[in-house]
Amino acid sequence: MKRSQQHILRTMLFVLLSIAIVVLAIADMLIGSVAIPVREVVSSLWGGVTQADYAHIIYDMRMPKVLVAIFAGMALSASGLLMQTLFRNPLAGPYVLGINSGASFGVALFTLAVPMMAINAPWLYDIGVTGVALIGSAAILLMVMALSRRIKSISVILILGMMLGSAISAVVGILQYMGTEESLKAFIVWTMGSLSNVTTAQLYIFVPTVVVGLVLSLVAVKSLNMLLMGESNARTLGLNVRLSRTIIFLATTLLAGTVTAYCGPIGFVGLAMPHLARMTFRTSDHRTLMPAAMLWGGVAMLLCCLLSDVIARYSVILPVNTLTALLGVPIIIFVVLRNRNRQ
Amino acid sequence: MIKLNDITLAFGQRKLIEHASAHFVCGQMTALLGRNGAGKSTLLKAIASLGALQGGAIEIGGRDLRDLSNAELARMIAFVNTERVSVEAMTAYDLVAVGRSPYTGWSGKLRSSDHEVIERSIRIAGVEHLADRYVDTLSDGECQRVMIARALAQDTPAILLDEPTSYLDMPNRYELCTLLGRLAHDEGKCVLFSTHELDIALTLSDNIALVDTPQLLYMPTDEMIASGSIERLFDSPYIRFDASTRSIHLK
Repeated sequence: MKRSQQHILRTMLFVLLSIAIVVLAIADMLIGSVAIPVREVVSSLWGGVTQADYAHIIYDMRMPKVLVAIFAGMALSASGLLMQTLFRNPLAGPYVLGINSGASFGVALFTLAVPMMAINAPWLYDIGVTGVALIGSAAILLMVMALSRRIKSISVILILGMMLGSAISAVVGILQYMGTEESLKAFIVWTMGSLSNVTTAQLYIFVPTVVVGLVLSLVAVKSLNMLLMGESNARTLGLNVRLSRTIIFLATTLLAGTVTAYCGPIGFVGLAMPHLARMTFRTSDHRTLMPAAMLWGGVAMLLCCLLSDVIARYSVILPVNTLTALLGVPIIIFVVLRNRNRQ
Repeated sequence: MIKLNDITLAFGQRKLIEHASAHFVCGQMTALLGRNGAGKSTLLKAIASLGALQGGAIEIGGRDLRDLSNAELARMIAFVNTERVSVEAMTAYDLVAVGRSPYTGWSGKLRSSDHEVIERSIRIAGVEHLADRYVDTLSDGECQRVMIARALAQDTPAILLDEPTSYLDMPNRYELCTLLGRLAHDEGKCVLFSTHELDIALTLSDNIALVDTPQLLYMPTDEMIASGSIERLFDSPYIRFDASTRSIHLK
């Protein structure tokens, strides 16, 4: 009886979150410097916009941004959940392995070092900020995976990942110190995060990559449930720990690496939203938790996107990162205090 | 069920057990005794394929351990280790359900037959009243029983337990070991557990495996007591084992 009630409650929550995503997405598309009627926005969802200039604004500007927000939110939250379960640490997030440091190292080299040393390589500009960030995070992933083949203990991998990240951040700091004012600004702007840099053409890379990462996360649900019991328990339950670790690392890099490459390092969504999913759904079963975390991530990013649009009407531009921090930090503090009180 | 053929175990460079052989059969409970650091856990881990052998071979259900995949082994041996599982928002029922992993598909979806096994395991372990509680609110003793229910849900012919009584008070220790005895005698499982509880081991288990470095002595409980090995191994300036009463006395 109790279990079937819980099932109904969870289904309702899933429906509510899905509705919230649709409503927030439409609201996001409504708000901007040009007022577009609700009817036009809603009918744009199935391609029925009557005016050409509306179509341009919706399809080339607002819709890409909304799609990026939804997928970035889902990706960050899913990768945060993967890391929290793998490391059995509630404070783990998408960036514990140093993916953000890898990406920022790539971007720092690109925006700071390349102009400094006056390297003239046109192909570099074709790759762009996105490309170098992706290469940076992939390089970190390869290093961590190589380490994890040799090192059994997951907590040692965590420490090495964090140390690697700190060392890279230090090098980035040196580059920042030496960079010119102009190039420094380009770098700082990237670190603040943005959802509106992705063009419609780039969406064709962004969305499929993130979808592959999300599918891998869903494929991993059973191993994640087993890993909750600790690695040696998971092994005696029949899990191929090394293979699932590789899948989880790969999914995390595809998700967090892609988002960081296109939008900059976006903090706190990946850390806070899995907690919110756990709290609202009251379960540790990843078959429920993983989709729940994804939906919560989408809702959170859409909300931040909407807030920044609303604030932008008063000619104040807030970087996404500041909003995600202001939204995420209270949630994390709440979760930590609540857990303390219960024990 | 579990056959040790001339095995040698080491922890790092230190040899713990050399050239040991034993055969643990279904329907019997064996207590694994030995001093601290003698290699009880190392032996259990080796049988669960969590550690490597220095020499010899282990046979599980007639097959060499090295030829068994993780998934195959998970259907033959369940292992309850000393780790306390504390997961947020996980009910005891969910924890026991993870024991069905070797039998479920890619997503771990439970069929009604799985739910039946889970409920039966919960009943046998006597934790029906805990099923809907969250595991991070359980006491150590309650958690230990839930972990045993999880091992039962794994539906294996053999169960290994590493010091299952260590966090429990005296009545709970006896209760737990009586439960383990029932699993061996009523359910026909091969139960092997390590412990420091000499009196419980000697009164409740069928066989004793004694790590007498670097040997592993293995015989029925009465024979083991008569052999005098226990007196020798647990002798200290302060205590003495009395074979007639099967208990420890201060000197």
